Order: sequence, then C-alpha cells, then structure tokens
Amino acid sequence: MSQAAVAHHEQEVSWNGGVSPMNVSYGKLMMWFFLLSDAFTFSGLLITYGLVRSANPAYDPASGPFTFSTEYWPIPEKVFEAVPFFHGVPLPLVFVGLMTFILIMSSVTMVLAVEAGHRMDRKAVEKWMLWTIVGGFAFLSCQAWEWTHFIVGTDVPTIQNTFGNKVEIFGANLTHNQYGPPAFADFFFFITGFHGFHVFSGVMLNFLVYFRTVQGLYDRRGSYEMIEKVGLYWHFVDLVWVFVFTFFYLV
Amino acid sequence: MAHHSEEPQITVLPPDKEKIKKLWRVALIMAIVTGIEFIFAFTLEAGHLKTSIFVALTIVKAGYIVGEFMHLRHEVKVLYYSILIPMVFVVWFLVAMIYEGLSILGAK
Repeated sequence: MSQAAVAHHEQEVSWNGGVSPMNVSYGKLMMWFFLLSDAFTFSGLLITYGLVRSANPAYDPASGPFTFSTEYWPIPEKVFEAVPFFHGVPLPLVFVGLMTFILIMSSVTMVLAVEAGHRMDRKAVEKWMLWTIVGGFAFLSCQAWEWTHFIVGTDVPTIQNTFGNKVEIFGANLTHNQYGPPAFADFFFFITGFHGFHVFSGVMLNFLVYFRTVQGLYDRRGSYEMIEKVGLYWHFVDLVWVFVFTFFYLV
Repeated sequence: MAHHSEEPQITVLPPDKEKIKKLWRVALIMAIVTGIEFIFAFTLEAGHLKTSIFVALTIVKAGYIVGEFMHLRHEVKVLYYSILIPMVFVVWFLVAMIYEGLSILGAK
C-alpha cells in the first residue's frame, strides 16, 4: 500500500519536466503564489483603512455618551449591533460573530473534504463539499442582510450640519454616511464587498469541483488534487475574513 | 452499464481517525480564540493594549489556518519561507501608513 501511495504522490506532484520544485504540483504552487498576491491586495485595502482611520479624529469618551456623528470615526461595535428579527435590540457583534462561525465551520468541512480526497473516498468528498457550499451560501446571505441594514440605516437619523443647513442622514452610500465620515462607509463597501466577491467565486469553484466529483472525473484521473487546490483558495477566503473581522469590526 | 468496465479500480482507504481528530481540535482552538476575542471586546477599554491583544490573537488564528488547514507548516521549508517572508513588506507598509495617518491628523 505504501508503494502505491508513493506512486500516487509522484503522479500528483511531478511537473512535465519530471521533477517537482518545492515538492508540490505545478497547480498547487501557482495557487500559493496567486494567494500571496491576493494577500497583498487585501493588505493594501486594510492598511489604507488604517491610514484613513488614524488620520481622522476618534470619538472622545469625555464628550458624553457615544452618538453617531460625521465629525469623528465611529466605534465599530456601535455600528454593527443589529441582528435579524431583533429590531431595536442592541446586540453588538453578535451577527458578525455568527458570520465568523459559519465561515470557520465551512473551512473545517472543506479540510475534511480534502482529507476524504486523499483516501479516494468519493462519497465523503461529495458530502463535505456540499456542506462547504451550504456554508458559503449562508455566509453570503448574512452579508446581504448586513449590507441592506447598513445602507438603509437605523430608526434615528444623524444630523449633519452643512454650512448652517441641518441635514438628516439615514444609512450610508458612497457619499453620505450616518455612522461617521463618508470614508468609513466607502471602506465598508470596498473591503467587505471585495471579500464577499471572493466568497462568491469560492462558492462557484466549490460547486464546480463538487459537480466534477459527482461526475467521477477525479476517480478517472486517479487524484482528488483539484479539491486541495480549490480548498487552498477557500481557506484563504476564511483567512482574510479573520483579518477583516479584527480590523474592521473589533478594533 | 456498458462503460462501467472502463472505470478504473478505486481503492477507498478508511478514514484517518487521528488526522480527523486533529482537524477538529484545530477548529476547537479557533472557536476558543474567537470567544476570547469577544470577551475582550466587551471588557477592555479601547486603547493600545486592546488593539495589541486583538492583533496577537488574529495572528494565532491566521497561523492555524495557514499552517494546519492550508498545510503550509508541513510543506518543504523553501515553500514555507517563499510565502512567509514576502509578508515582511506588509508589516513595513502597515507601520509606515499608520505613522503617516497620525501625522496627517496632527497637521490638521
């Protein structure tokens, strides 16, 4: 069996030249370097958020209880405290905590699918890939709700004083934002939107490999390495969310 | 079916109990770390200490995802460092831009 496993590994990792730099297959290595470049893109977005945030005044607790104002950066947990079916009940970070849990769980089911793939166990791969797809859709649905709430806004508007005109602001778009400076909403849309788009393409890729597993393509190919490559991408999406969660919602 | 004979012989190996248990243990650790983050989110005053704790716990979680789930810790050293070392640029960029942002705020 061990000899068969070694032969199997050789077949998986060997490039066309017959050797395998870094002892991984070409596809897997390229996925790693793509993810490295993608990590730079997300770092760029999150670091720019840090730059603009530190260039804006912060809320001063000495000035009284926290209210939304376009004058200073909001406390994130005051912005993200809405939960579906609990209208008017402040539950800070509960919903985003649920989203984090969903994404981490779908990462676990993905890694179980990869493990099943190593054993050529088609039925188990199908089962875990389906759970991963369900997790991805659940996360996207949560994000759709959160965006809707963010855009529509709370019951009480924020009053903005523009050259003596008092303007009521409900919710947020790219130019007006009831929660804080417009840049806060812009970063929310760009960072969580770019991440959500990654989740969406991840779900599409997950579905593709699930479909091809059902078709028996990987059995015929003699390797489930494709599950591993797509798995790397899916874990990366989870990894980015861990950083977005900290730097956008917690800090 | 007629084309069934063309299907290759697949040997399905039994589940690796040890490995699966290890994966669930990693998941449990991540859940606990996230739970700790929530406790700090509601009990600590905003400030450098709180931010440092969050950054440290995030790096712990990132380490588990990249090291165990993405299997990087078990790849050859060259691959491991090819992915890890370029991240130095991110650290530099972060420090430089936060410094820059604080200067902008000071100049306002």
